[in-house]
Amino acid sequence: MKAGDEIPTVTVTPDRYLTVRYAGASGDFNPIHVDDDFARQVGLPGRILHGLWTMAQVARAQTEAAGGPHALKRLSVTFRGMGVPESEITVTGSVAKVEDGIATVHAVAEQEGRAIIRNAEAELQVE
Amino acid sequence: MAISTEAVGKRYEPSTYAVGREKIREYAYAVGETNPLHLDVEHARSQGYRDVVAPPMFCVVYCGVALGPVMFDPEVGIDFARLLHSAQEFRWGPLVVSGDEVETTMTVKDISARGEMGFYTFESVSTNQDGDTVCVGTWSNIVRGGEE
Repeated sequence: MKAGDEIPTVTVTPDRYLTVRYAGASGDFNPIHVDDDFARQVGLPGRILHGLWTMAQVARAQTEAAGGPHALKRLSVTFRGMGVPESEITVTGSVAKVEDGIATVHAVAEQEGRAIIRNAEAELQVE
Repeated sequence: MAISTEAVGKRYEPSTYAVGREKIREYAYAVGETNPLHLDVEHARSQGYRDVVAPPMFCVVYCGVALGPVMFDPEVGIDFARLLHSAQEFRWGPLVVSGDEVETTMTVKDISARGEMGFYTFESVSTNQDGDTVCVGTWSNIVRGGEE
């Protein structure tokens, strides 16, 4: 990895019931993620994705680029807007710098042309 | 509702999470991980791990038990109907493996108000049974002001 390199793009389309499976897997059962009626009552279009699930897609893009989970030392993100099921998400990123065996990657997760995670910055241990 | 900063600096009793193989697999499938380190015990062992390896973001699972008491603490006073998870950072140490016992301690790092908006920052520090820090999380939340 060197400055300017792009990391391989991760694309994923969360299916209709993904938020239910992720709620079970993560323990976050906030009804805005699992109950369409509740979500609409609080002004959302329907149930929305868990931000931390989307962050996990950004993390996966890093570990896949760096050759395994051991390489990911830090990840910070800003959540923006909201993600929804049944629409493709694209995670892209590029290497900002490599110093002392640590690559800093800047990344973004987008859905329908909108950033739902932005300012993502990862530190990857590289050989 | 007025924003109280009374809870800044408050530290909570640690909670312990026992990391299990099937929970790692369940989490890995839910987030679309395909690396066999997370799914296949024999593969993980062949790579020198004791058992399947948790994806780094599995930290949300072992931190979850510690986060609840902070989010629901009346002294912190979060209004869930207006809550937004605004930002998140994790720093990781050694990988977590099935069979580990992870202890997480939460602290209220900061609460501030800007107009009717409240900004809440919590920190989680998670250590394994060997005393290694496996993850430090910074959880940033915004509570929007009310209309009434």
